[in-house]
Amino acid sequence: MNPVAIAIFQMLVIIALAPLLSGIMKKVKAFFQIRKGASIFQPYYDIAKLLKKDSVVSENASWIFHAAPVISFVAILAAGMLIPIYISDMPFGFAGDLIAIVYLLALARFFTALASLDTGSSFGGMGGSREMFVASMVEPAMMLSIFAIALNVGSTNLDVISQTVSSRGFSAFSPYHLLAFVALFIIAIAETGRIPVDNPATHLELTMIHEAMILEYSGKQLALVELGAMMRNLLVFSLLANIFFPWGIASTASVAGIAAALVAFVIKIAVLGAAMAVVETSTAKWRLFRLPDLLSISLMLSFLALVSFIIVKGG
Amino acid sequence: MTGSDLFFGLVVLFLIGAASSVVLNKKDRICSYISFISAAIASLLGIIFSFSVILGNNFVFNVSGTFLNFGFFVDKLSAFFILIISITAFAVSIYSTGYVKEYFGKKNIGYLCFLYNIFILSMVLVVSANNALMFLIVWEMMSIISYFLVVYEHEKPETRKAGFIYIVMTHIGTGFILLSFLILASGSASFSFETFRAGVLTMPPLLRDAAFLFALIGFGTKAGIVPLHIWLPYAHPEAPSNVSALMSGVMIKTAIYMLIRVSFDFLGASVLWWGVLLLIIASASALLGVMYALMEHDIKRLLAFHSVENIGIILIGVSVSMIFMSTGHPELAAFGLIAALYHTMNHAIFKSLLFMGAGSLIFSTHTKNIEEMGGLLKKMPWTGMFFLIGSIAISALPPLNGFVSEWLTFHAQLLSINLSDNITKIIVLSSGAALALTSALAAACFVKAFGISFLALPRSEHARNASEAPGSMLFGMGILSLLCIALGVLSFYFLPVLDSIASPLSGASVLPKVAFDLSLAALSPQAGSISTIWIFLLLFVFVPVPFLLSLALGGRTKARTYETWGCGQPVCTARNEYTATGFSKPIRMWGSGIYRPHREIQTSYAGSPFFKERFTFDTQIEPIFEKYFYEPITRLAFFVSRILKVIQTGSIHIYLLYIFITLVIALIYVGVGG
Repeated sequence: MNPVAIAIFQMLVIIALAPLLSGIMKKVKAFFQIRKGASIFQPYYDIAKLLKKDSVVSENASWIFHAAPVISFVAILAAGMLIPIYISDMPFGFAGDLIAIVYLLALARFFTALASLDTGSSFGGMGGSREMFVASMVEPAMMLSIFAIALNVGSTNLDVISQTVSSRGFSAFSPYHLLAFVALFIIAIAETGRIPVDNPATHLELTMIHEAMILEYSGKQLALVELGAMMRNLLVFSLLANIFFPWGIASTASVAGIAAALVAFVIKIAVLGAAMAVVETSTAKWRLFRLPDLLSISLMLSFLALVSFIIVKGG
Repeated sequence: MTGSDLFFGLVVLFLIGAASSVVLNKKDRICSYISFISAAIASLLGIIFSFSVILGNNFVFNVSGTFLNFGFFVDKLSAFFILIISITAFAVSIYSTGYVKEYFGKKNIGYLCFLYNIFILSMVLVVSANNALMFLIVWEMMSIISYFLVVYEHEKPETRKAGFIYIVMTHIGTGFILLSFLILASGSASFSFETFRAGVLTMPPLLRDAAFLFALIGFGTKAGIVPLHIWLPYAHPEAPSNVSALMSGVMIKTAIYMLIRVSFDFLGASVLWWGVLLLIIASASALLGVMYALMEHDIKRLLAFHSVENIGIILIGVSVSMIFMSTGHPELAAFGLIAALYHTMNHAIFKSLLFMGAGSLIFSTHTKNIEEMGGLLKKMPWTGMFFLIGSIAISALPPLNGFVSEWLTFHAQLLSINLSDNITKIIVLSSGAALALTSALAAACFVKAFGISFLALPRSEHARNASEAPGSMLFGMGILSLLCIALGVLSFYFLPVLDSIASPLSGASVLPKVAFDLSLAALSPQAGSISTIWIFLLLFVFVPVPFLLSLALGGRTKARTYETWGCGQPVCTARNEYTATGFSKPIRMWGSGIYRPHREIQTSYAGSPFFKERFTFDTQIEPIFEKYFYEPITRLAFFVSRILKVIQTGSIHIYLLYIFITLVIALIYVGVGG
């Protein structure tokens, strides 16, 4: 297949599958809360509904407020081009490594946080402040686990990582690989704004982070913001899936291989999403100022992954 | 034109700029135009000159006589720093033609223009000096002139205090530099830099350690490493903004230049613990710099603390490179040095840009406190745009230049896996966590700095009446904004040039192992690659996607303008907005062990305790370095002086007695010993 076609298809897959992951997670949460829950396709209907609605824009807002949803959306999409979804040899895999993905997601966050301050609402500022705080706490743990993965595999580029890990088979499950996975799973909780870090279903001012930032958005813009957040979730999950369990991913661009890989991908993110939903239903939300404890657990795990790798393999 | 034409041309032009400002002292407008434009032309010559050296041959100029023995030697490293100085000085000079209008009629413009020209000239001479004595002379010239520039608004007491702290700290630094040079000269019995290299080889290791440590303290003071950084947050905010742009952007880089010169060129970076020590200091500087920046609401003090942070990031690259040098990995050392040099360049550009932006803000709002700004993006769209570009660059977000150099630094740290000692490996890799935390906190800080000052509603009368800065100021900022983008997107083009600067110092080129084509690769394509130009193109190509998506699925919709939702209350004023203090509160709580914040709340009641009449809130953090490091030293100094005061009676007879006693002791010494 043509590399451009693969890239465009990957973009469409990311946009199309993002609401599904959100729907599955909501359904699993409903199951554990002994509710019936909405259909797993509900997020699609929500996005479609919001896209048709007129929006209300604050009179205080500057162009940042209008540009931020677009810039965030575009940055997340660009990060999506660097992550293996169904094929390990992505056409734009060379354009950025794990560090670039982290910083592209940070670019999206930077503009969302700016927009949160733009309307002059104290909710927005509160959300932006908390978001940047949590993001700062996440970063060192994230970088150490990236280092641990990169040293283990010999590259920070995701195409190389997923190829190497899948070629190693079960021998890839070394202690440092698993330590890095747990560390990155905790980071994923924070990155995707899940309980115990943030509650995506809340509108209580004492607890909300991401919802507070986007409180002033409505209509089309809100749809873009929500879709962007769902895409970010999907990308973080596919990072977890295809760094640690890249089985089934297509290594060459054949139609049959890609179709099989897509099925494998949906299963993987559904399992990870269900696992995240279990974590969400089985824990309570933590106080904001206890979060550094949670993230230092992740920092310590990734440090251990790094040290154990150096002691076992290095030297 | 030859190299020497260009070099002396720029020297002469700076001198013309200085001289004309003395002559035209009384005519503010003409004086400022002539001297700043001649500084800009001189800087252009500097850019051409440095390119001619970087892409061509070294420039050597020597004068030797019986008493006088000095010379200039511009190799690729010096030329690189002349390039940084010239680019920044060019943009700042154009900016200054507009900025100094603020001072017309109020202050002596000729004095400012004179010092400005000599200041830039002294920086150029510092990086091209080839003799320790000559270096110390121009170094002192740079320090003293920058002192005069810091105290330009000397009618304010806080400016005089800042100037005092600066001049004391810079002279402590110069003292240590002098010690380091004396040790280096003792090995060669000459003050020429060329003989330093040979002299070091025969020097005992202990002396080499001492030379390195003294140079680290001396140049570290100027660069602003923790805990020697305390002068930066005082001196940089008090200077006029065009001068702070130069001081923060380039003056502190001359110390980086000499640190690289001394530790790589003279001392050969041969000892492992030098690099490890520097790495720890650098990581601490980066982290503490950004943590203190987050607590600042004075826009210029905030930027000054970010200089401490970025000096830390640069020195992380330098120290990792030193670690590679001392363990026999010259090509990896070149890679670390490339990261450090690139960040030096990038920091000079975005920091000068941000200081100029801060200058525009102060020019229009007459306040340095961001809590009194707000809503300025609508009043000052261009300044806002340029400040935003600078903020994105300093927060290391792709695809701008700060991202590229931090990415290179991360990869330099990853390459430490090639070292043989596990403890060193773990230290270097852990510093990656410190760097990651630093850059995330920097992003938080610039969301605060940009968001509070440019977005939402104006928070004061000053901000309500603000207007856009004049064209010349915007032009100066525009040049550097474009460079931030170009150095990020086209980074693959500049890095081979940096390799040609770094490889003579490390002794090996990294080019055979790295592909610097459309993508940057860190040591063989396997280890990781980015392509900022492709990231830029991807971002660009994807822009229509959200629009097409929303149009295809939702059709056309309208947007209505209405007031911000205030929980159903009819209040929507600037007093309801989130403040900078509030924004950094979570980080203040998290870092309370370092900040030691204390707050004071005073409430007065109107009769009943249920009705509050007034409510004042004050929160402060403790300056731990000043309190626990400098205060004891100052107290000790005062104590010793009080004791020594006993011999200072003020009576001439006693002093004559001292001279007589000294003479007798000297005669006895000569009589017995000789």
